[in-house]
Amino acid sequence: MALTGLEIFKLLPKTNCKKCGRATCLAFAMQLAQKKAELKDCPDVSEEAKGILGAASAPPIKLVSIGSGDKQIGIGEENVLFRHDEKFYNPTGVAVTLSDDLDDAAFTEKLNKINGLKFTRVGTEIEIDLVALLNNSGDASKFADRAKQVSENTHLSLILESKSAENMKAAVETCADKKPLIFGANSDNWEAMAAIAKEMSCPMSISASTLEELADMTEKIKEAGVTDIVLNQVSENTKEILQGLTKIRRAALKKAFRQLGYPAITYMPSYEPAQEVASASVFIAKYAGIVMVNACEPWQIMPLLTVRQNIYTDPQKPVQVEPKLYEVGQVNENSPVLFTTNFSLTYYTVEGEVEASRIPAYILAVGTEGTSVLTAYSGDKLNEDVIAKAMADTKVEEKVSHKKLIVPGLVAILSAKIQEKTKWEALVGPKEASGLPTYLKSTWN
Amino acid sequence: MEIANIVDKCAGTVSEVTIGATKDEGGTRGKVVTVGGANSIPFMDFDGSPGHKPAIAMDVYDVAPEEWPEPLLKHYADVVNSPADWAKKCAEYGADLICLKLDGIHPDKGNRSADETVSTVKSILEAVDLPLIIWGCENDERDNEIMPKVSEAAKGERCLLGGATQENYKTITAVSLADGHNLITQAPVDINIGKQINILVTDLGFPTDRIVMFQTTGALGYGIEYCYSIHERGRIAALSGDQQMATPVICDVGHEAWRAKEAKASDEEAPQWGSFADRGIMWEAITATTLIQSGVDIIRMNHPESVSIVKKHIENLT
Repeated sequence: MALTGLEIFKLLPKTNCKKCGRATCLAFAMQLAQKKAELKDCPDVSEEAKGILGAASAPPIKLVSIGSGDKQIGIGEENVLFRHDEKFYNPTGVAVTLSDDLDDAAFTEKLNKINGLKFTRVGTEIEIDLVALLNNSGDASKFADRAKQVSENTHLSLILESKSAENMKAAVETCADKKPLIFGANSDNWEAMAAIAKEMSCPMSISASTLEELADMTEKIKEAGVTDIVLNQVSENTKEILQGLTKIRRAALKKAFRQLGYPAITYMPSYEPAQEVASASVFIAKYAGIVMVNACEPWQIMPLLTVRQNIYTDPQKPVQVEPKLYEVGQVNENSPVLFTTNFSLTYYTVEGEVEASRIPAYILAVGTEGTSVLTAYSGDKLNEDVIAKAMADTKVEEKVSHKKLIVPGLVAILSAKIQEKTKWEALVGPKEASGLPTYLKSTWN
Repeated sequence: MEIANIVDKCAGTVSEVTIGATKDEGGTRGKVVTVGGANSIPFMDFDGSPGHKPAIAMDVYDVAPEEWPEPLLKHYADVVNSPADWAKKCAEYGADLICLKLDGIHPDKGNRSADETVSTVKSILEAVDLPLIIWGCENDERDNEIMPKVSEAAKGERCLLGGATQENYKTITAVSLADGHNLITQAPVDINIGKQINILVTDLGFPTDRIVMFQTTGALGYGIEYCYSIHERGRIAALSGDQQMATPVICDVGHEAWRAKEAKASDEEAPQWGSFADRGIMWEAITATTLIQSGVDIIRMNHPESVSIVKKHIENLT
């Protein structure tokens, strides 16, 4: 459990030496409690205090890293149950399975397909994180060969799945530097699996059907010297897994229950693809560290990656686009010019509708610190001066031969002032972006 | 090892709203749908009762939709000009409710008259025995002219009428109250306005247990996280005992999802996104499954296959 400022104060030297940069030890203690200071700022703190405070300040859910290099992912270390309370920090890893018993051609083809599961949305590339190699062949040398092949032919991180510790060892040895997740430990084989994880410094999962068993197992694995653990509740029931994920998160955050203070992975191999994807979308929103799926069609994976992108945005910070003049389609000097704000949701809604109209146009995204049209207007971040400046900065008058500016219908009230300030004709557009195709096709033309 | 006790008992319960009235209750519906009743966050039945499972309302429009992409339109191509036949089709596709959206009364979309609209409503009531949601066009003047006539025509059927907004709520609240209907209160992804509009309509004497809230829906990839968090905050407030937030919630998944580029772009336009035929279905389904986690009670949907995926998913969660 987190300590209060006073409890921390009792453990400090109480010398008010100011070496930490704070006026008093009490002030420093208060900031420690609020996580606004770090204990290492105090040069005189005792070893005993370090031990107590260190244990108390360890994150309630351990951060576990999988993979190496660019595509290394960190999962866990979350602070809240609901994103609006703060934010979710470490996006759920998305893993797609690949069976080691496919023939060479099919194996290569599927691996290439998995490697290509990346998409561009709202100006950002979104991509899966892991290939999960399944030891369906049951054969050690086959599994090892395929592991080597995957690690040499993918930029993604790896999960290696096998219930045989012997097969696992053979496979991990081919790619230990990639820090794959060792997936397959259960109450029968955990000792051998933990030994591999320890020897190769790789993270490992532990599988059990109940949370009680999982809690027992993490203690044992920790004693065996492995702390990068990922929990896998084995179930073929969406509700059971969802409830399990929720209980794990609550136990770790609200009860500081260390035995379940690890990220979780989900896998429901017997579900048909649509239900598998539907369940995975839910697990992304509700607390999975990794979702592992057999589905690998772009139209199945893109929604999952989008759920992740959306749910893991920072709710306190509006997502912005760069304030500038955007060109949609093959614009020319006669193309219409619209303006909106640089709140990404607003901008991309407008852009989508302009695209849908199939009329090439310029969209001026006016910098409003990422607020929407109405919010920016009422906060005086969107007024004739700001708009005139944005027009001047982007040299829009050099781009088109007309002087007509389409004003969002919600701020029609600004038209006269814009006209006066910029000497451009202000045309009042629709209130909702959805009205733009009709507007551009009829009114503009 | 025993697990720390993490049960979260809630002080508040979402009210139950029943839509539709059978013959015995003064209507003509073959079945009624009750939503709400949650005393826990979604599906956490170890905390308390999660209430009634989310219901699926399938949309019928009074005018043929202009922008529907082919993979969606093909399921309705023969009925888009006949709302009654359209509603029958939705019933076959497994809808729990029919949502008649009156876009056609908008001045820009046909300006359909009150008489035409009333006969559309009557034709649907005759064609199917499912409970009905009837939603105006969001043009205040036209809604205030037409919705009272519609309400009267469906008197006794205990429909769900929409929507009362902060700017325009008096007329629809009065007629819903007089004709025994339930009411949708509408806010623009704003929890305070959502609460305010509920206070405004209850101040007019409208009972809380006949209100369903609508917080304006953003599709997957188009602001879903905003309404997800608004729903979640609203539900948590309700469960903590805030009476004014303790009403069921409706969301508009179908219309929003099928406007998304991801659902509309053809195979030629977006080969990297995979099968056009399947993509929109998944976009709609995953918009729904994600929002279900935020605490919604009625989901408006369009594609029959998305509906069956989501219904099966709900079964998997209950």
